[in-house]
Amino acid sequence: MQAKMTAPMAGKVIQIHFNAGQTVEEDDEGIVIEAMKMETMIYVPHTGLVEEIKVKVGDRVEEDDELAVIQTA
Amino acid sequence: MIEKLSALLDTTGFVHLTPGMAFMWLIGLTLIWLAIAKEYEPMLLLPIGFGIILANLPLAGLMEPGTGLLWRFYEYGIHWEVIPPLIFLGLGALTDFGPMLAKPSLIFLGAGAQGGVYIAFFIAHLLLGFSLPEAATIGIIGGADGPTTIFLASKIAPHMLGTCAVAAYSYMALVPIILPPVMRLLTSEQERKIGMAKTRKVGRLEKMLFPVVAVLVIILLVPASAPLMAMFMVGNLFRESKVVERLNLASQNELLNIVTIFLGLPVGATMNADNFLRWDVIFIFVLGLVAFIASTATGILVAKAMNCFTKTKINPLLGAAGVSAVPMAARVVHKVGQQADKKNYLLMYAMGPNVAGVIGTVIAAGIFLTFLK
Repeated sequence: MQAKMTAPMAGKVIQIHFNAGQTVEEDDEGIVIEAMKMETMIYVPHTGLVEEIKVKVGDRVEEDDELAVIQTA
Repeated sequence: MIEKLSALLDTTGFVHLTPGMAFMWLIGLTLIWLAIAKEYEPMLLLPIGFGIILANLPLAGLMEPGTGLLWRFYEYGIHWEVIPPLIFLGLGALTDFGPMLAKPSLIFLGAGAQGGVYIAFFIAHLLLGFSLPEAATIGIIGGADGPTTIFLASKIAPHMLGTCAVAAYSYMALVPIILPPVMRLLTSEQERKIGMAKTRKVGRLEKMLFPVVAVLVIILLVPASAPLMAMFMVGNLFRESKVVERLNLASQNELLNIVTIFLGLPVGATMNADNFLRWDVIFIFVLGLVAFIASTATGILVAKAMNCFTKTKINPLLGAAGVSAVPMAARVVHKVGQQADKKNYLLMYAMGPNVAGVIGTVIAAGIFLTFLK
């Protein structure tokens, strides 16, 4: 099954803590978005394999934009 | 010869120094240190700290009525009500009311978090014997809004302006330390985990109409809030209209920065030894803290009360964001929420009560002005 990791708020992507093809666990550190001059850590929503990362560092994202797709067992 | 030397010596400040002045330098230096080393509200505490030192230099006469440089900044900037409204122009251009408009019920939280203003006001007046205008100025510290505090103090209790401004800005810098214990005490782990339902998107027309409607409604309701509210909303209209980008950027960048300089120095300069080194000052700082804590608590309690009546529960932490200190209070809410549940992102929801809190504080100040002037 696929789980989507989405942006909870608009902002700028400033760090990505995993690579495509890596296994991640729920609540691992995922992607850092800067909004309102504050860095917000977006945690991994499900345990699984990172299938695709849809953003890169420096991208501006809107609320609900897809950040990554995670293949869950 | 000796006489001439002593006359010469007499023209220098050294022989006119008093221990009180030297003590005020220490206070000024402490604020400068806090601004630089701890980055506590540096944009304000740095010029305020320097202003305190300047006002306590003998013979310099910087605060001499009629001639002093800083006195002129104070008289024509603050006493004439020019600078605080100009600050609000910049804040209006910086504020996105979208999160508030997306869920207008959150406005109640911004109002609820003004509770501390009135609690501190009554304690100061009834228990500690401050006069009504003094008690009101102390209470408004709990609104967590610097320019509003300065605005109200300059009109009803100018002798307390410096102290109250320093208390307001210091506690605003300490929001990440003051708020969380109150928030944890008043909410259960379960409540802190409540996720917020997605809010609707707010359209451009709505965002443009808001400042116009708000100015009409609020100023008709509380006319004394007009100077701050008028500039706040015209700044916001600059922002949301999207056709006067130059005015928008000038308001939120250059103009805001310039007036901040002319605000901090004279505010600090009102703090001379006679005004500041009094026992009252301790009470002002303690009551200011009480006001902050009580505002946080009433905000959260209003949120919990709202949950008794609505089907979709809101996270009661959002009530604490009604303490206006934008955007620190909202960030703190977000962080405490994330400590309970890592995947709970409250930041944008917290911005709603946060900006509503600013309006709430201006209205509270307007009400005080109406009754006490």
